[in-house]
Amino acid sequence: MSAIAAVLPRYAPLLLLAIAWEAATRTGLVPIGALPPLDTVATAWFDLAVGGDLWTNGIASLSRGAAGLALAVGCGSLIGILMAWYQPIRIAVNPIVQFFYPMPKSALIPVMVLWLGFGDASKVVLIFVGCLLPVTLSAFNGARGTDQVLIWSARSLGASRWRVLWEVVLPSALPELLSGIRTALALSFVLLVASELIVARQGLGYMIGWLGDGGAYDAMFAVVLTVALLGFAADRLYLMLVRRVLAWRE
Amino acid sequence: MSELDTPILVRPTTSGFRLDIVAAGFARRAGAIASLLVLLVAWEAAARSGIVTPFLLPPLSAVLTRVGEDALSGELAINLGMTLYRALTGFAIAGVAGVLVGILMTRRPWVRWFFDPIVSVGFPMPKIAFLPIFMLWLGLYDVSKISMAVFNAIFPVITATMAAAEGVDRHLLWSARSLGASERQLLREIILPAALPQILTGLQVALPISMIVMIVTEMLMGGEGLGGAMIAASRFADSPGVFAGIVEIAIAGLCLIKGMTVLRRHLLVWHQEAMEPSTV
Repeated sequence: MSAIAAVLPRYAPLLLLAIAWEAATRTGLVPIGALPPLDTVATAWFDLAVGGDLWTNGIASLSRGAAGLALAVGCGSLIGILMAWYQPIRIAVNPIVQFFYPMPKSALIPVMVLWLGFGDASKVVLIFVGCLLPVTLSAFNGARGTDQVLIWSARSLGASRWRVLWEVVLPSALPELLSGIRTALALSFVLLVASELIVARQGLGYMIGWLGDGGAYDAMFAVVLTVALLGFAADRLYLMLVRRVLAWRE
Repeated sequence: MSELDTPILVRPTTSGFRLDIVAAGFARRAGAIASLLVLLVAWEAAARSGIVTPFLLPPLSAVLTRVGEDALSGELAINLGMTLYRALTGFAIAGVAGVLVGILMTRRPWVRWFFDPIVSVGFPMPKIAFLPIFMLWLGLYDVSKISMAVFNAIFPVITATMAAAEGVDRHLLWSARSLGASERQLLREIILPAALPQILTGLQVALPISMIVMIVTEMLMGGEGLGGAMIAASRFADSPGVFAGIVEIAIAGLCLIKGMTVLRRHLLVWHQEAMEPSTV
C-alpha cells in the first residue's frame, strides 16, 4: 500500500492524461472515430483477454522476441569478446561490424520474408540479425576495456587463458555488455512489432493491423497500449535484473 | 641501459617520417577493406555457384546493376530524397524540441513534474506500435510519417539533454552568476556549451532511430521512399529490387552516421574530447 502511495504522485501526470483522454472523448471534443473513450478501450481489452486472442498472439510475439534476442545475446557476446581477445578475429570481423552497424535494421524485413516466409522463422532471424551487432559491439568495447594489469596478474598467478577469459575479461566486460543488451531489448520490440505489422499471420503487431483494418479502433488501441506496456515492463524487469547481477560492483 | 630503463610507453616522435606508423595504418586500412571484399566476393560466388537460387540471393553484380539502373532512371534520387527528407525533418524537429523540453525540465519544476513520468514510460516503449494510430489521425502522407519519426526520436534527446544540463559543473554556474550573468546568458554561455557533448550523443542515438522508423513507416504506408520501394519489390517477388534497396539503405545509413561523427568533431573542437584519439 505504501509502495503505491509513493509511486502515485510521481505518475500523477499519466493519470491526468488518462482523465483528459476520457473527458475529451466523452464531451465530444474529439470524435469517437478518431479516439475511442478510455473505458471502451478497457472493455475491449477485457473482451480480447477473455476471448483468448490476446494470450495466443501475445505468447506468439513474446516467444519470437525472446528466441531472437537470446540467440543474439549468446552469439553477440561470444563474437565481441573473441574480437577483443584475438587480433586475427578482430581484423576479420571489425570492418564488417563497423560497416553494418549503422544500417537501419528494418530494411531487412522484406529479405527475411523472401527467405523465410511469413511465419515465426522470419521474425526470429530478423531480431537475431538486428540485435546481434549492438550486443557484439558492446561486448567488444567492454572486453577491450579490461584492465591489462588484472590480466597480467591473473596470468602470472597461473590462470590459463580460458580461465582469464572467464574470470577476468567477462566480468569486467559485463557492465558495458549489459547496457548493450538493454539497447538490443528495445530494438527487438521495435523489429518484432514492425515485422508483424508488415507481414504476419499471428502476433500482437498482426492483431493491431487487422483490428485497425476492420475499424475496431477500441480494440486496436487496447492492443497498442498492451504492446507499449509490455515493452516498458520488459525494460524495467531487465533493469532490476542488471542491478542484481552487478551488485558485486562497489 | 638496462631493461628497466625502457619506458613502458614509447612516445612517437613528432618530427620526421615514421615509416612503421604509416605502414601500420596502411595495413589496417587494407585489412578493413579485405574482409569486406571477401564478404562481397563470397556473396557473388555463392549466388553464382547455384547453392542458392537467384531468387533467394541474386548475385551482387545483378544487385549493383539494379542500383545503377535505379540511379540512372532517377528513381533512386526520388526515393532516397523522400526518405532522407522525411527522416531528417523528423530528426531535426525531435532534436530542437527534445533539447528544449530537456532544458525546460531542468529549469522549471512543474515541467519536470509533468514530463518526467511520460519520458520514463515513453522512452522504453516500442513506439512503433502507435503507427496505425498515427495513420488513423494524420493520414498516409508526410505529416504522419514525419510525426512518427519525431515521436520515436525525441526521447533519447530529452533524456540526454536533461542528464547533461543537470551534470553541468555547479562552480561554473555559481561563477557566472556571481559575475552577473542573466538567466538567458547562463543558458547560452554556460549550460548549452557544457551540455553539448552529451546532447550530441543523444542526437547520435536519435538519428538512426528516425531512419529505422522512417523505413518501417514507408514499408507500411507505401508510396515513395526507399522503404516503400522495397516493399513494392518484395510484393512483386523482385528480389534484385529488394537487395538493391538494402544496399541503398545501408549506404545511406552509413553516410548519415559518418556525417554525424564529423559534425560532432567540428562542433567539439574546443572540447578536450577532440584532443583524445577517437575510437569511432
